[in-house]
Amino acid sequence: MVTGENIATRITAALVAVLGVSSIVFALIHLVPGDPVEVMLGEYASTADRAELRTALGLDQPLIKQWLLFHKGAIQFDFGNSLYTGKPVFGLVCRHFAMTVQLALVSLVVALVIGLPLGMVAALYRGSAWDSIATAVGVLGMSIPNFVLGPVLIIVFAVKLDWFPSSGADSAAAIVLPAATLGISLAAILTRMVRAALSVVLHDVYIVAARARGLTECAIIFNHAFRNAALPVFTVIGLQLGGLLGGAVITEIVFGWPGIGHLAVESIYRRDYPVLQACVLIISLSYVAINTLTDIACSRIDPRINFD
Amino acid sequence: MNKITATATTILVLWVLVSMAAMFMPIEPNKIDLARVFAPPSLEEVMGHDELGRSVLARVVSGTKISFGIGFTVVGLAGFLGTAIGLYSGWKGGVVDLILVRVIDIFLAFPGILLAVALAGILGPGIGNVVIALAAVGWVGFARLARVQTLSLKQRDHVIISGALGTPPLIILLRHIVPLLMQPLIVEITFGIAGVIVAEAGLSFLGLGIQPPTASWGSMIKEGTRYMLVAPHLVIMPGLALMSVVIALNLLGDYIRDNLYGGDRIVS
Repeated sequence: MVTGENIATRITAALVAVLGVSSIVFALIHLVPGDPVEVMLGEYASTADRAELRTALGLDQPLIKQWLLFHKGAIQFDFGNSLYTGKPVFGLVCRHFAMTVQLALVSLVVALVIGLPLGMVAALYRGSAWDSIATAVGVLGMSIPNFVLGPVLIIVFAVKLDWFPSSGADSAAAIVLPAATLGISLAAILTRMVRAALSVVLHDVYIVAARARGLTECAIIFNHAFRNAALPVFTVIGLQLGGLLGGAVITEIVFGWPGIGHLAVESIYRRDYPVLQACVLIISLSYVAINTLTDIACSRIDPRINFD
Repeated sequence: MNKITATATTILVLWVLVSMAAMFMPIEPNKIDLARVFAPPSLEEVMGHDELGRSVLARVVSGTKISFGIGFTVVGLAGFLGTAIGLYSGWKGGVVDLILVRVIDIFLAFPGILLAVALAGILGPGIGNVVIALAAVGWVGFARLARVQTLSLKQRDHVIISGALGTPPLIILLRHIVPLLMQPLIVEITFGIAGVIVAEAGLSFLGLGIQPPTASWGSMIKEGTRYMLVAPHLVIMPGLALMSVVIALNLLGDYIRDNLYGGDRIVS
């Protein structure tokens, strides 16, 4: 049964994780080899500039105070200003994050369109050609790294066929190739999961009972089998949607998609560490939030689940 | 062992042999030959030449040293540390376990390669920093696995009896728990090496890992994407090498997992 206590436990665990994540993100700037201010401003920056940045980042304060200041800022969505553009970090991060969410959602649709039917057919006709295709998609999709699949898609669909733009986000068609790149690897996981979950369910007694009652195959699959197989699939979708937000880093670079992963890597190149910290924090927090919500939703859907 | 797994294992063994041989082979991955810039694959040079006329084959072969070197080092390091932490946490229980579980949860809260990207970006490029960044992310999986297994294994009769007979905890862990943990650990190691090889190539692709002119599959793909229009083989060749290794490792991992946990588990 879902109890308030269960959900409270789950949320407490998530909050502890959030605090740990933000502390690690805070620590990142102290992992910079040497003096972070010198690394960020360059060797030839004036002493006044250095002192100013040191104060702005609070690096002249004791460590505990720095930690408190960082968290005080984070709670108020104040991550200071970007060293590169001089504008507030939070607005910049939010704009890029919206692009990533857009990409993640379209990728999810791609994955669902490929993964659900393929996994279902594979489970229903085990050992058939469809099953072999599903297995091949499962292994290939999981094994092709985004930075190989992406360029291959660009060569074929942007260069040779000239169907879609190869990079940027200027037109609606620009989302197709990055979404396909992310969607295919997710479809692989989904196909495997749907096939496995449905295969287990199809051997359950209530399916035999339904068949004995003379129900049509269609009714059996959709009303009885699929509903029971839906839960593990739902969990995977939830986890992967969160994973997409962070996993999009490389794909966003390949296609020049102006998402939050792109911003994170750019800020590394520019040594714009406040922006990097904000990116990592926002991505991880949304990942934790999605995972927690998925867990809670699952226990709502299926009362057999219990957090222990 | 079925045909597919046998093929995968063969491919893997060949790659590992190549990577070991690459240390002694007189290959010249950085030899520039400007007459052959962007020369496509041909019979005498099966993978073609890159933007400086360097042999792509020599660079792919040389890149195996990085891929397998980092793959084995990181998984060795992360596997040892993670397993030790997981064993300790599961065995001790109580407050220690509670704290370590929270720490594991925190590291799991960073999706995918993100933390490794941030760490490698902050620490700066170079082989050592790549190993640190990937090991800092990789130990968690091993710790979680070892902890869960230890929690259940320490309830087994032989462990309880051994404890009752006065065997010191360290001996119990090493003699009676670790051997039973090896099977799932081998599965984790197989997938782990695949994951690390992809992650290293990913970091190098982002320019945060191995720096040119050292040949690494990731940095080769990164350089290759700039010349995709004129010489797609610069991306495709290292890409195929990387894929064949990862597919083989994943297939092998699938096989070991499915044949360890009993036949009636349908997941495949």
